[in-house]
Amino acid sequence: MKKVIAQTEIDVNEEGYLTDFSQWTKEIGTEIANEHNIEMTDSHWQVVDWIQNKVNEGVALSIRGIKKSGVIDIKQFYALFPGGPLKVSTKIAGVPKPKSCI
Amino acid sequence: MKNLVILGAGTAGTMMANHLVSKLTKKEWTITIVDQYKTHYYQPGFLFLPFDIYTEKQVKKEGKKFIPKGVNYIQKKIDRILPEENKINLEDDILDYDVLIIATGSKTAPDEVEGMLGDNWYKSIFDFYTYEGALALRNKLREWEGGKLVIHITEMPIKCPVAPLEFAFLADSYFKKKGIRDKVEITYVTPLSGAFTKEKCSKSLGYLLKEKNINLEIDFAIERVDNDNNKIIDYADKAIDFDLLVTVPTNMGDEVIERSGLGDDLNFVPTHHNTLQSLAHENIFVIGDATNVPASKAGSVAHFQAETLTDNILLYVEGKPLKEEFDGHANCFIETGDNKALLIDFNYEQEPVEGTFPFAGIGPLRLLKESVFNHWGKLAFRWIYWNMLLKGIPIPFVSRNMSIKGKNID
Ligand SMILES: Cc1cc2nc3c(=O)[nH]c(=O)nc-3n(C[C@H](O)[C@H](O)[C@H](O)COP(=O)(O)OP(=O)(O)OC[C@H]3O[C@@H](n4cnc5c(N)ncnc54)[C@H](O)[C@@H]3O)c2cc1C
Repeated sequence: MKKVIAQTEIDVNEEGYLTDFSQWTKEIGTEIANEHNIEMTDSHWQVVDWIQNKVNEGVALSIRGIKKSGVIDIKQFYALFPGGPLKVSTKIAGVPKPKSCI
Repeated sequence: MKNLVILGAGTAGTMMANHLVSKLTKKEWTITIVDQYKTHYYQPGFLFLPFDIYTEKQVKKEGKKFIPKGVNYIQKKIDRILPEENKINLEDDILDYDVLIIATGSKTAPDEVEGMLGDNWYKSIFDFYTYEGALALRNKLREWEGGKLVIHITEMPIKCPVAPLEFAFLADSYFKKKGIRDKVEITYVTPLSGAFTKEKCSKSLGYLLKEKNINLEIDFAIERVDNDNNKIIDYADKAIDFDLLVTVPTNMGDEVIERSGLGDDLNFVPTHHNTLQSLAHENIFVIGDATNVPASKAGSVAHFQAETLTDNILLYVEGKPLKEEFDGHANCFIETGDNKALLIDFNYEQEPVEGTFPFAGIGPLRLLKESVFNHWGKLAFRWIYWNMLLKGIPIPFVSRNMSIKGKNID
């Protein structure tokens, strides 16, 4: 599915997650954050950076992983990305939504 | 003589002992299996124990009975694996190995959540993932007169991920039968974004919760249990009241994995998804709940893994390349209460879909649809477990790799 965001056409799935990370830019991240009523700050970007690195390393993301990240504690993570922080932060970071096995 | 050592005589370890005893030549190989406990539990039965559907006797047997002749059985605690020296420290013994199979499973860790193991543990807070928990919960339910029942998952992954949902469905039936359903409010609380996380499942099964009048709370990542006020509280400060909390605590691999430096954050061993060889050591293989592979942690999965792993152990000892064969195949019955059940059959790539199983168009089992026949299938699973699965006997017509026959895939 195509979507125009920050004047750029990008590919997303039905839930709005980027399907091609190479299309991601900070501007796109900022726009997606706005759609979730989130104003990006340095702390937000630090988390996004950490998430992108982990995904790049092939590490599965989890709330527990966040706890051990050293970047942020879980309370702050919830405060920064209200309403399902892993779902929202991964969408902003342009990476796939974390899978959970049935 | 060479040594093959299996750590853990649960579902997966026992199956491997039965597979390998006839395949590795006795002249060359000694097979040893180690477990700390005398009793082998049929864990899927822990779901039924709280509702007085199964008795204690039906879910436990002496483990040694299922270990074949020709395999040494040692009942001791495993202290540490020393992969650089190819040795295992037991509580008071040392074993050498040429090939090692880790099958130490996963277990609950309620102490991972603040307050969970507090004053109310086994008074108003229970688990049913352990024998002790399931039994204590049964005794509680026998006398409980109603109130707020909260069924809760702490974090993923957990073994048999559908068991908590099945628990909710069975609880609905149980209280209906007891005539006190109107006095019980059932709420299902999950850290995931839905009761069913796969799209097709949500579509086909979303009606079940409504039909059974079960409330749903999603995206709930628990921070602590408030024992003074009987609430669970999440990181976003959302609070849920309970009179009776049935929780599935964090599931982790055994501490022996941590002590040996072989695990990830949750003490699961990084394992090749398709060969089941450990990623760190070529003579260590991992099976069942102890792996970190993104398949369901279930006995049926261990059964399919065991077939691939047996072939791969034989290839490995002959110095041949391993098969990248295991596809994440899982085959699970889901109890939906009122003597009905669903069946799902899926793998790493293919999500559960509707159809018939194992024969296209015929069944007799229906995929992703409730039926009484599926419920019999679930109950028959106990017999199959003790008499076929543990002994490594293939289940007729069900192959190690998932088949797309009979599945409605679009
Ligand atoms: C409530 C519930 C319902 C379930 N329902 C189903 C179902 O319907 N269908 C299904 O397929 N699966 C189901 N399962 C899952 C299934 O029981 C497990 O996936 C399966 O038992 C895993 O086998 P395993 O050999 O990997 O681990 P286990 O069977 O748990 O065995 C691990 C063994 O290792 C031993 N061990 C560990 N550490 C040490 C140590 N340090 N020293 C000595 N010994 C050690 C333990 O004592 C244990 O015997 C259910 C599980 C639960 C809890």
